[in-house]
Amino acid sequence: MGAGHAHPLYVHEHSPVHRLAPEVKLAAAFAFVLAVAVTPREAIWAFAIDAATVGLVIRLARLPVRFVAARLAIILPFIAFAFLIPFVASGERIDVLGVSVSQVGLWGTWNIIAKATLGAGVSILLAGTTEVPQLLRGLERLRVPPTLTTIAAFMVRYLELLAAELGRMRTAMTARGYDPRWLWQVRPIAAGAGALFIRSYERGERVHAAMLSRGYSGAMPTIDERVASRREWLAAASAPLTAGIAAAVALAVVA
Amino acid sequence: MSHAAVQISGVRFTYPDGREALCGADLRVEHGQRVALLGPNGAGKTTLALQLNGIHRPDAGDVEIGGLPVTDPNLAEVRRRVGMVFQDADDQLFMPTVREDVAFGPANLGLRGDELASRVTKALEGVGAAELADRAPHHLSGGERRRVALATVLAMRPDVLVLDEPTSGLDPAGRRELIGVLQGLPITQLAITHDLPFALELCERAVIVDGGRVVADGATADLLADEELLHAHRLELPFGLDPRTVPPSRPR
Repeated sequence: MGAGHAHPLYVHEHSPVHRLAPEVKLAAAFAFVLAVAVTPREAIWAFAIDAATVGLVIRLARLPVRFVAARLAIILPFIAFAFLIPFVASGERIDVLGVSVSQVGLWGTWNIIAKATLGAGVSILLAGTTEVPQLLRGLERLRVPPTLTTIAAFMVRYLELLAAELGRMRTAMTARGYDPRWLWQVRPIAAGAGALFIRSYERGERVHAAMLSRGYSGAMPTIDERVASRREWLAAASAPLTAGIAAAVALAVVA
Repeated sequence: MSHAAVQISGVRFTYPDGREALCGADLRVEHGQRVALLGPNGAGKTTLALQLNGIHRPDAGDVEIGGLPVTDPNLAEVRRRVGMVFQDADDQLFMPTVREDVAFGPANLGLRGDELASRVTKALEGVGAAELADRAPHHLSGGERRRVALATVLAMRPDVLVLDEPTSGLDPAGRRELIGVLQGLPITQLAITHDLPFALELCERAVIVDGGRVVADGATADLLADEELLHAHRLELPFGLDPRTVPPSRPR
């Protein structure tokens, strides 16, 4: 506690990417992922262009390569699953290192790996350069219903408190000799979850009272009114545009 | 001035579960006065405080803030006039950053742009927390959190400040900083507290609430010197504190 860092996914830096308005980054990331998703899997060169684009932006954002690589590990479970496809898929079979695999399956694996890596890379880039409150503000400016962004904001704010409360409860249980090993010992955990629910509900009531006390009347006030400039939109559009053109060309070639 | 900063007359209040929390509470606080609200747990202190800005509404009796009755059409203005600092700062700080949280109140009052920004800066400076503006509330220490919670309320420029257990859970240095800030505020203050030395230092007047009504009212030093009275209402001076030997807090 007391540290200035906001979130484990965020990298504190002063790069042009960090400075971009959050709604611009959100829109660009979404468009980029969309372009990657529609790129035909046979167009390996298009994925190379996409990867180079993400790499370039990561450089520009001064995100440490090791940081990005470590965060990319999240897709490993999915990739592991993808590696099964060549063995179980039907169709024409070829020999790779003396093992017979399905060619269609191989393409399928490649497809998942390439798109998952690029998608995760973009997400890491977005989260690494945009703090959570900024992200929420960006969503708000992209006309996501304010009820949803408000719920998300409260979740972000109170999740840590809830986790801390849960931690204290577990400590208190352990301190009194509770060491669950069997299913029939689960009752205290269920009771604890119930207590936690009641406490959260009560906190909700108190927070609501605090909001009313400061003039809340049903809508969150607009506090930060800075809107993204045209230059910001253009700068951010360059990445998804590159991927989009690559995807379009690849689609044209395939067709 | 004919009207008081706070005027509570014959207020009765029963919670939905049937528990009668206030049964005929009367209290008048003059402009600029600092009053300590003392009393045992469950006496109705917090319930009484929540009457002041209409979070709870009395079943009987009247509440007036600066002559303005607490009624539905006046609620917005009443809530501007009464700044409520809640006991748990985590209830008070609900926005993602300190800056947004302090801006929440004045933004609800309709302030925007530069005016809003300067309101936020001044409020944070007032509690010595200007450097915390971009932090997330859950990354603050207890003392910082309490001062920021105070700033969120001061940003609305209230006439009356209501503090619920402001010193609970603070370390001595945090408590000292808070007292310093409160002493420098030239507005009416009502502090619910179990911290009797705090009451003695900050407030020239104290009232004891018990059983849902005001049972004692007087100069803080006199009240705290009455051992029998304190004992009857589950209050006790900290060991070694003699209010008669402490220079009294001066009315301003």
